[in-house]
Amino acid sequence: MRTRRPMLVFSLLAFGYAFLYAPIVSLIVFSFNESRLVTVWAGFSTKWYSALMHNEQLLGAAWVSLRIAVMNATLAVILGTLAGTALVRFGRFRGRSALALMIGAPLVMPDVILGLASLLLFVAMEQLIGWPTGRGMTTITIAHVTFSMAYVAVIVQSRLVRLDPSLEEAALDLGAWPWKVFFVITLPLIAPALAAGWLLAFTLSLDDLVIASFTSGPGASTLPMVVYSSVRLGVSPEINALATVLVLLVTIGIVIAGISMQRRAKHS
Amino acid sequence: MAGPKPALGAWQDPSAAPLVEIRNVTKTFGSHYAVDDVSLTIYPGEFFSLLGASGCGKTTLLRMLAGFERPDAGRLLIGGEDVTELPPYRRPVNMMFQSYALFPHLSVADNIAFGLRQEKLPRAEIRERVAAMLELVRMGDFAGRKPDQLSGGQRQRVALARSLVKQPKLLLLDEPLGALDRKLREHTQFELVNIQERLGITFVMVTHDQEEAMTMSTRMAVMNEGRIRQIGTPSEIYEFPSNRFVAGFIGAVNQFEGRVMEQRDDLLLVRSDVAGTELRVRTQQAVAPGTPVVVAVRPEKVLLTTEQPPPGDNSLSGSVEEIAYLGDVSIYHVRVPGGALVEAQLTNRARRAVAPLTWGDPAWIAWGADDAVALLE
Amino acid sequence: MPSPSSSDRPQRGRRSLRQRLHLGRGTVAGIPLLWLGLFFGLPFLIIARISLSEVVIGLPPYSSLVDWTAAGLLEVRINFGNFLLLVQDSLYLDAFENSLRVAAVSTLLCLLLGYPMALGITRVREGLRVPLLMLVILPFWTSFLIRVYAWIGILKGNGLINNFLLWLGVIDQPLHLLHSDFAVYLGIVYAYLPFMVLPLYATLSKMDESLLEAAADLGCRPLCAFWRVTVPLSLPGIIAGSLLVFVPAVGEFVIPDLLGGPDTLMIGKVLWTEFFNNRDWPVAASVAVALLALLVVPVLLFERFREKEQT
Repeated sequence: MRTRRPMLVFSLLAFGYAFLYAPIVSLIVFSFNESRLVTVWAGFSTKWYSALMHNEQLLGAAWVSLRIAVMNATLAVILGTLAGTALVRFGRFRGRSALALMIGAPLVMPDVILGLASLLLFVAMEQLIGWPTGRGMTTITIAHVTFSMAYVAVIVQSRLVRLDPSLEEAALDLGAWPWKVFFVITLPLIAPALAAGWLLAFTLSLDDLVIASFTSGPGASTLPMVVYSSVRLGVSPEINALATVLVLLVTIGIVIAGISMQRRAKHS
Repeated sequence: MAGPKPALGAWQDPSAAPLVEIRNVTKTFGSHYAVDDVSLTIYPGEFFSLLGASGCGKTTLLRMLAGFERPDAGRLLIGGEDVTELPPYRRPVNMMFQSYALFPHLSVADNIAFGLRQEKLPRAEIRERVAAMLELVRMGDFAGRKPDQLSGGQRQRVALARSLVKQPKLLLLDEPLGALDRKLREHTQFELVNIQERLGITFVMVTHDQEEAMTMSTRMAVMNEGRIRQIGTPSEIYEFPSNRFVAGFIGAVNQFEGRVMEQRDDLLLVRSDVAGTELRVRTQQAVAPGTPVVVAVRPEKVLLTTEQPPPGDNSLSGSVEEIAYLGDVSIYHVRVPGGALVEAQLTNRARRAVAPLTWGDPAWIAWGADDAVALLE
Repeated sequence: MPSPSSSDRPQRGRRSLRQRLHLGRGTVAGIPLLWLGLFFGLPFLIIARISLSEVVIGLPPYSSLVDWTAAGLLEVRINFGNFLLLVQDSLYLDAFENSLRVAAVSTLLCLLLGYPMALGITRVREGLRVPLLMLVILPFWTSFLIRVYAWIGILKGNGLINNFLLWLGVIDQPLHLLHSDFAVYLGIVYAYLPFMVLPLYATLSKMDESLLEAAADLGCRPLCAFWRVTVPLSLPGIIAGSLLVFVPAVGEFVIPDLLGGPDTLMIGKVLWTEFFNNRDWPVAASVAVALLALLVVPVLLFERFREKEQT
């Protein structure tokens, strides 16, 4: 009775994965192409990787992006954890619905609006209070934190909701002060969620083109901005090489995370 | 550490100082009264149970004692000190949680030591007291384990040790045996009472299981819809329920509605249509003729015979409608002419395959005036 | 204020403890609230304000609404011209209409592909589910821009598909795939598919298997059980996934810019062009305001849905 439909479901599943991975595989394959024509195979070569290693502009932008991403992820985890904790554990308080809305909205808000809104704010602030002077890494970081803290808050929220509130009550009952309960009990228990939140915020920041383009200033080009301007001019095997490196890094990261999660599960 | 259990309950000693005083405490959640004007006094050394169905307010009352909920009105005193405004970490009270709430990232020993570390006690003393507690709950071999490597019964004992290690004046237990299976539960009941008597710490336990409350407590309070319906020792509550709710909530009971005809000293004559006759019941209260009343009698106090019993206080004839054989006892349902279905419980003393009575047989039921209670509310 | 009696003193000490607790909670909630209020809430007021200005040459390139004139008069100049332009110039209306259509069709395609995927993952054996789910998420962790870029190489005139079809002899002239509406649909479905699969999987995996057995027991064939049990029960996931795809897709910029053709008008791209190429901040702001107004209902819908899920 239930033989035919699963076949259909599974073939669609297979198609879905092929759809997801075929472009990535083609990127990787042609990053080793001898020819500059990305789509015509002309023999194996790693010359685009060495070209990538010597592309000062790209490497500089990667360094800028990396610094912004680390700053952003760290700030976003702090702010997002505060927001998630307030939303889950404080019951009803004044400003709760405002906070909930401002956590929910950035998740679906189009980038162009977020970018434009942030930029106009920075311009107005500079006019009024003289800060921030000009735009660059600071303004990009602030704009990134604003939307990526929402993702962290959502992750923290869903972890806290599943956390037995009597664990925190038990610690209070045994004489620990609220701030101590947070650091000794809550924080260790939601640590995996914080790590996931940090990585997500890091990736979101590293990945963003639109918001960075709006809020960036001279001398602060992020990696996506440089990639975008190069891609607009046409396909380049160097970008393929860069993509391969990124995919490799992400895969390694995910495999490590998966193994450590499995170890943790086996441990307990 | 603990003296012998006083022959006289502390609640009967007029000079005893109460440990817990709950004064007219009310707590609402929205428009719902979780706890409605409750007053209660608990004395040192008691094992006190709050008994009621889920949603009756017993857990809210317990959580207010622990400091997790703040009463809307009324005061809470512990050891004579007003603790109404005190946060949980400032109260001389500890709680054992229904879920045990063992910290999953800490070992058994670290869980137990947690409370002592908050007091910044010297390491040596902490180690000593944790070891003593592990010994008390027979968990010495498991000190290094994490909570998820323990069985349900072991977790329960760790939770108990963790809540006792600070030697609180008062230990609150929220359904402490709820997560255990039946067999383990019976065994643990005695263990818990044993520990309580050895340490002399006052226990307040929340439970929905009347058997548990009856076996373990010195006194108990029966709660319903946010109010306490009766406070007393288990036998007082079982034998002398003060109202229809308590009589019906604890054990099985036959209830006959009727009206008081007259009172002769402490004997009440009640006309009951459902019983189809006049009932006699002993009472201490003065009741005016015409007052509606319910005569309540426990099934095991009802005598069931095939022949007419000698004239006594109450006897009714009827026919057997249902029989339930439960092994140690059998339960008979007898329909009396007034329409009531009376439950009688007989101990199966002799071993026999065939019951002397069967469906449709005429039978007599009887009980004494002392065996029933008259309930006015 | 009445002076406290001596018996009130300990009471006051305790109350200050409660106050400290309140202060602590106020700080925890207040910091993110302040941050978001300043960097997320306030900018929308500024956008609204600038959308009512005129473009000027200078920095910032927009006029102020309120001026003191030389005569000491307070002059308020509100310019509705930008919004009039949006309604009058067919470019903007077309862009809005196009964006909504592209986003809606892409959402539907995502649902059609994502639903069987999510359902399929719930049907494989326990140990395979997490790895399969990871495989759905993994592309999301790699660069969005690069994933869109990958399609250029596949779709362009001498790209993979055309080369393959030419080699097969199915066609004798390259198809025009890149820089078309088709490429935009493809790009959006590709980029946003994980956002559809994840919430769908979350609701489908929570579903009790015995419900389908009960439906079968009551005489419902598999397809009927799918329509009358599985789909209605996964409605929360369908709504969440659709909103997660639809709302950002309406304002999408990168995909129509890189994969779309010159006639692929999407509002995100229009906003970008007004801002960066035409340097017309007031019109860009008014496009943003209009886009926000368009998205307010779905965003609030999403927010309410999230609140319900949390409780």
